[in-house]
Amino acid sequence: MFIAVNILLWLVVAGLAFVAALRGRVLFNEGAREGMLEFLRLLPRIGAGVIGSGFIAEVLPKALVASWIGPESGLLGVVIATLGGALTPGGPVVGFAIGSAALKSGAGAPQVIAYSTAWALYAIHRLVIWEVPLMPARVVWLRAAASLPLPFIAAGLAMLLAQP
Amino acid sequence: MACAAAAAVYVRDGAEHFLAIFGSDLTLFGEMLPKVLAGCLIGAFVTMILPRELVARWVGHESGLTGLAVAAFFGFLLPGGPITIYPVAGAFLVMGADAGAVVAFITAWTLCGYTRALVWEFPFFGPHFVIWRIVEAIPLPLIAGLLARLAVRAGVNVTVKPGE
Repeated sequence: MFIAVNILLWLVVAGLAFVAALRGRVLFNEGAREGMLEFLRLLPRIGAGVIGSGFIAEVLPKALVASWIGPESGLLGVVIATLGGALTPGGPVVGFAIGSAALKSGAGAPQVIAYSTAWALYAIHRLVIWEVPLMPARVVWLRAAASLPLPFIAAGLAMLLAQP
Repeated sequence: MACAAAAAVYVRDGAEHFLAIFGSDLTLFGEMLPKVLAGCLIGAFVTMILPRELVARWVGHESGLTGLAVAAFFGFLLPGGPITIYPVAGAFLVMGADAGAVVAFITAWTLCGYTRALVWEFPFFGPHFVIWRIVEAIPLPLIAGLLARLAVRAGVNVTVKPGE
């Protein structure tokens, strides 16, 4: 499974690199350079996030996690998880690291889905750092407001459809 | 945070347990690296070769539920990080797409984008959880887009002048 994912991703890379090369050598070089630079910039953050996640899972108070956002915590657990997601700082892996750690510590799947959905959609620090500089602020706040109910809908669907 | 958690595990459980966790985290990190590099390259190449105006025209022309679905589909399709996606969304607005379509686009990219899921989410949660989470997220971009349209209709002003 993991090998298949790698192959798929690198096929996409090869396809895009080919198109870029057709458009001109400069474009290809620029793309490859930008991609590598981005990778190097991300490395330390991913390192901290991934290597930290196992330890964070170990120190999370399991009893507390299970009672606050466990499978039995219901709607209140979803509310807590959603708030937690909105307040978790961004970065590509922090939310996933904490979410998977919570899952290992006894959190319920719908609650973890609410958490990672809220974190992906409106982690406050990401709105301020990424979206507001790149988009008109009014649209950013409109988007965040329209997204407010989504973690609850996702968690509700998770409860109805299946338990991952 | 990672350091604090690691120190706490070391003090509480001793060196052997610490090393066991460190080893498994390191393996996860190693497994992620090729995916992350691929993800960065995909993002960089797409930024270079994406015909932004063309995509924006597609999204801008459609309206109604179809427009939202088209926007959400592009969000799912387009790889790349926030640096790629927000300028594209900004271009949509300038080209005349409505706020609902832009919101659906960003929401779909955030929740269902395949590069994001494959590069970041898979290593932490495994395929089973991720696939279920994404299935449950499929209706969300449309809901967010509709909510955004309702807000606009209720008087929220999001008109964007070129160059803003």
